[in-house]
Amino acid sequence: MSIILKKLKSWEGFLVLILICTILVNSFNSEAFLTLNNQINVFELSVEKIIIALFMVFIILNAEIDLSVASMMGLSACALGVLVESGIPMIPALGLCLMIGALGGAFNGFWIAVFKLPSLVVTLAMLIGFRGLARVLVEDRSISVFPSWFEALGQQPFLGPFPLSLIIFLGCTVFVVFVLQYTAFGRYVYVIGNNQKVALYAGINVVRVQMYLFTAIGVISALAGILFAARLGAVRGDMGVSFELDIITIVLLGGISIFGGKGSIYGVILSILIVLYLRNGMSLMNVTGHIQTGVIGALLILSVLIPNLQKMIYDYSRQRRKRL
Amino acid sequence: MLNAMVALSIIVIVVGVYFSVRKKINSVKVNNISNLLHRLRPETLRELILLLLILLVVIFFSIVIDHYLNARLFNRVSTSVAIIGILAIGQALVVLTRNIDLSVGAVVGFTAYFVGQQLSQNNEMTPLVAICMAIGIGALMGSFNGFLVAFCRIPAIIVTLGTMALFRTLLVEYSDAQTVLTVNLPQWLLELPRINVVSYEGLHFRLVVAVMCVVVILFHLILRYTSFGRKIYAVGSNPEAAANSGFQSRKIIFITFVMCGALAGLTGFMYLARFGNITVVAGSGLELKSVAAVVVGGINIFGGSGSIFGATLGAVMIDLLENSLIRWLQISEFWRDAMLGMLILCSVATDSVVMKRFRKYRLKKITQKEEKL
Repeated sequence: MSIILKKLKSWEGFLVLILICTILVNSFNSEAFLTLNNQINVFELSVEKIIIALFMVFIILNAEIDLSVASMMGLSACALGVLVESGIPMIPALGLCLMIGALGGAFNGFWIAVFKLPSLVVTLAMLIGFRGLARVLVEDRSISVFPSWFEALGQQPFLGPFPLSLIIFLGCTVFVVFVLQYTAFGRYVYVIGNNQKVALYAGINVVRVQMYLFTAIGVISALAGILFAARLGAVRGDMGVSFELDIITIVLLGGISIFGGKGSIYGVILSILIVLYLRNGMSLMNVTGHIQTGVIGALLILSVLIPNLQKMIYDYSRQRRKRL
Repeated sequence: MLNAMVALSIIVIVVGVYFSVRKKINSVKVNNISNLLHRLRPETLRELILLLLILLVVIFFSIVIDHYLNARLFNRVSTSVAIIGILAIGQALVVLTRNIDLSVGAVVGFTAYFVGQQLSQNNEMTPLVAICMAIGIGALMGSFNGFLVAFCRIPAIIVTLGTMALFRTLLVEYSDAQTVLTVNLPQWLLELPRINVVSYEGLHFRLVVAVMCVVVILFHLILRYTSFGRKIYAVGSNPEAAANSGFQSRKIIFITFVMCGALAGLTGFMYLARFGNITVVAGSGLELKSVAAVVVGGINIFGGSGSIFGATLGAVMIDLLENSLIRWLQISEFWRDAMLGMLILCSVATDSVVMKRFRKYRLKKITQKEEKL
């Protein structure tokens, strides 16, 4: 019993409580919520965000941030559209898009890891830069020239009732949990986030780890862009604008500290469920998209505010006890 | 025209160099360039280089575009700099304390819409009341940010990313999908952007530009000569040292956010005066431009160094590029966002690589000289 109570007091326990509340409220409000179709729909509609969020965990654990992911999604989707339009077959075009993602990510990583520029500014610059390139590629058109099998992959069930994107998401989840919890690389990420100097003295190649991470998130963003293009069947220059808000909210709500080094991947998986169910619940209650964005913004602030207040109250009471 | 402008800029640069090294010239003789270089403050050097770059951009575009350099260019660029410039000053204050404000675009949009709606419902409202209302709402929103950053200890990037969405939602809900229309606005507001303070052969020095100049000079003086201004630099350059010297860092950070919000409110008013028709997406994208102006203007993103003049020059540079790229027909106008991103990255990279070396070199020279004495 005491173990359960102790678990409930942690951040993950708090998230479980919120999750149960959300599910209860949602299922009271709408009978459609707990059907398998709706559940798959919930995940399918924002699978791009949650895949990126899983990998964003590594970046934020590393005490860095990547704001350019949504723009990279747009860029890779637009590049795919332009490549296919110019007559290049689908498979090489997909490969080229992933290459663009890797190059973009490595470009970010180069400035952040090698030159030690703040990731906030570098990725903010690339938030504008990648989006600008996407606009240069397609200007103000919308391209929809994809072969039917590609669109079917994005829109129709692939294995049983599950679409391909959902299977990719599940694969990514297993991969991320494995890497973060059971490999040396995962431990390196935590150490670098806790204290970069200590990591350096412990003989960890910080530059290489950071380069890997930023390249990986570039590739994943490009993959998410491709999935997005497949789901919509068309690409435009403003695809995925301001997705970074949802992505960062999911990661921080999951209990990953913005200062790096703290938090677990299980919390993030819980917070993915919470954010998706919240959005779905609001949609089922006919709340407009703008209010949903506002709620996500408030959630982002609260997810850092609550632990901070907790710590302040704790410190205050300890000081008082000391004085007594 | 071209020659006159080039000559004018060269004079400005020479005078700038002279004034910044004048005091030292009196005491130590300037023998050669390297001596002059290490006498110059790195920040001043950075601003002079930026000024030179702006000049080069003007010369470049006047070669590739026909009828580029004329009075209309000055009028157009100066009016749009007035908007982004004031916003950049607010952003500069926040960045100087090692924070960032991404919600300014939403604040501009909200104040522009709110004041516009009040004015179209109540045409008798005096200009002063409208301006005060805009500044007040902006300051209120800024204080919300500032409270969360300074007193709840949440990183500024998280707070302002959240409030960017929150304020925009507030605007969408408040507007109820209506648009502020130019026809409903009072006459004085529509004439405001066209009022000239001085005009000479088609060169118009607009009132809004004069307002920007006043704000620039005011904040430059505050940052240079008041203890509050010096404290902003102190908090930004070394928070621990500032706290140990007994500065109330939280209060200072809070006030910079309030000021940033107030300036964003003023920008919102000018945005309303300039564009008239305000929709719910008004001002989106301005937050990135203001950060760009600040970073290009040489304000260190780690806080503690840079000047208001630099931020203003950064705003001029960005607006000049944007206004020129639209008119350059060989290149798609869609390039301008990509260019803006590269510009930010280049200026941060030069700051951290080249300027750091220059600072070290200068420090070495100065200590050598002192040892000799």
